[in-house]
Amino acid sequence: MPFRWGMAIDLNACTGCEACVTACHAENNIPTVSAEQASRGRAMHWIRVERYYEGNFPDVRVKFRPVLCQQCDNAPCEAVCPTYAAHHNEDGLNAQVYNRCIGTRYCANACPYNVRFFNFFNAEWPKPLHLQLNPDVSVREVGVMEKCTFCVQRIKAAKTAARAEHRALVDGALQPACAQACPTSAIVFGDLNDPDSRVARLARSPRGTRLLEDLGAEPKITYLQKQPWHEPDAY
Amino acid sequence: MNRTLTKPFTDDMVRPVMSTTVWFWAIVLATGTVVASGAAAWGYQLWYGIGLSGKRWPGFWALYLTNFVFWIGISHAGTLISAILRLVNAGWRRPVTRVAEVITVFALMIGAMFPIIHLGRPWLAFWLFPYPSAREIWPNFRSPLAWDFFAINTYLTGSVLFLLLPMIPDFALVRDRSTGWRRKFYGALSFGWRGTTRQWNRLESAMQIMAIAILPVAVSVHTIVSFDFSMANVPMWHSTIFGPYFVAGAIFSGIAALILAMAALRKALHLEKYLLPLHFENLGKLLLLMSILWGYFVFNERLTVWYGNEHHEMAVFWATQRGQYAPLYWTMVICNFIIPIALLSNPYTRNIIGCVVASFGVVIGMWLERFLIIVPSLAHKALPYSWGTYTPTPVELMIMAATFAAMILLYALFAKFVPIIAIWEMKAGDFAHAPRQGLAAADPHRIDAAAPASPEAAS
Repeated sequence: MPFRWGMAIDLNACTGCEACVTACHAENNIPTVSAEQASRGRAMHWIRVERYYEGNFPDVRVKFRPVLCQQCDNAPCEAVCPTYAAHHNEDGLNAQVYNRCIGTRYCANACPYNVRFFNFFNAEWPKPLHLQLNPDVSVREVGVMEKCTFCVQRIKAAKTAARAEHRALVDGALQPACAQACPTSAIVFGDLNDPDSRVARLARSPRGTRLLEDLGAEPKITYLQKQPWHEPDAY
Repeated sequence: MNRTLTKPFTDDMVRPVMSTTVWFWAIVLATGTVVASGAAAWGYQLWYGIGLSGKRWPGFWALYLTNFVFWIGISHAGTLISAILRLVNAGWRRPVTRVAEVITVFALMIGAMFPIIHLGRPWLAFWLFPYPSAREIWPNFRSPLAWDFFAINTYLTGSVLFLLLPMIPDFALVRDRSTGWRRKFYGALSFGWRGTTRQWNRLESAMQIMAIAILPVAVSVHTIVSFDFSMANVPMWHSTIFGPYFVAGAIFSGIAALILAMAALRKALHLEKYLLPLHFENLGKLLLLMSILWGYFVFNERLTVWYGNEHHEMAVFWATQRGQYAPLYWTMVICNFIIPIALLSNPYTRNIIGCVVASFGVVIGMWLERFLIIVPSLAHKALPYSWGTYTPTPVELMIMAATFAAMILLYALFAKFVPIIAIWEMKAGDFAHAPRQGLAAADPHRIDAAAPASPEAAS
């Protein structure tokens, strides 16, 4: 049975520390841009922690929500790409073929989550930063879109290792960088096709919702949080 | 019978082709400089990356796509209007058609460049061509951008044919009046036109076929351009009204561009005798009609969004209605609706100056309309955390200015090399009651003395 990679993120456990963001940058060779470029909206973070503020001062609560590519089953980004650079792979991931991308940026417009990023310039890795580049991940050139891959290089490596050793992939043996770095284990990754995997059980949780579910993109990330109907008096 | 054309008509038409004034060189030099600067700006952008434009996350489409839709809209001036007028056999169309068709071809050429300028890796644009490759990868036919590619290419091919076909007899006329390189040049362009009855009949039926065929193509082109937006689930893009709204807007801006071009040509080439106030008044009425239609579409679009009160869409709605983009929005309403209606519904101001002022307004207003469709929606998508903004950069503005200069330059060159009013159609118009006779009379090489007197002789 093919895999169907998914994720569950516990918003009640998220502290907004952004360790996931840093880990993602290191793992996936995401360029860091200058402060001037960042102020012009050219910063790239495949995962970001959105902050929302609830209540009126001084009774304010901050809510964090890590947002990354939702790896939608019915992905709006894929249909609009004229060159098939954005496509669905056999594991249900929204794959991006960098070499096939011509940079129409239509996918980024169609994506309701704004999790696709564009290489406005060729990235620079001034010495000695070039030594930290992950050899398993290609560096993207100017003019192509990129986005979270669910650390597809780790998925590939784990699958290859499992096949070489003639064993099945066990749940939890494989983690993307963000899940690995999360100090509160708020991010759980796994195979949704395995009904007993942790992520599949969490995806069925009554605490779970999906981001902008009404748009019909069928995202594969479940956000877990205390729901209003758990404590009716609060509302 | 009222034969208005006289011998000086042909001379008036051929004179700009045969002699060059200092003004021509001045215009070519001025616009050529701007075009060259735009090309340099594009080269600069190619070298360093598309980051030199003002685009930013999350609004990845901005000024280039605004200009794309704007110029494709302008292109609806010609072929569509001239085909409709041809099919309904409106007699007043005759001096207008070629002026209009040229706008179509040049505006399409300019507009079709923008998606390429806008690409992240323009050197790979050929991947949109459906060519058999060793990797067996075709374009994604589900993508509206692939539809665009085919629609615009079809329309460009069709409009070039539609423009070239009726130019053949005029090329032959210039060929026969010239010597030296001009004779060779126009001889090649006139495809061996000798003005036989068979050739006239074939030209007439070809024009009839083209006029009918080009109408659905023209309508579909701007519908498909609107699909680039309405297919995506972006607030205020995902709307069923976009197809007709874009087509109406395109014809609207096209007529405005046509009026401006006619007014400029009238002054520059001294065509006061042929481009009459009547033509401006008729086109002014068309512009008035399209202005009302445009207002109707905007009202429909805005009212349904406001009444539906869907919160993602309302963010965009209020951003344009009274937020950051409100000054642009209300300028657009004034330019597209209030000024044209005020000037053109009044017979006293529906003169040449009134039409030109209204057309200027419409061109500005329609450009703003395209900007306001693209930018505020992308800046206010569903997640408020990732709302954004956009400011154009000098590179983008330079390239945009260059395309306006390119339009003037191409137009000046065209008017230099081709009689800008279809000579034979004007002559045939003098025999509108007897088309066959008219065609024969229009033939510059007619030697049959027994046939009705030619309009030149009739003076």
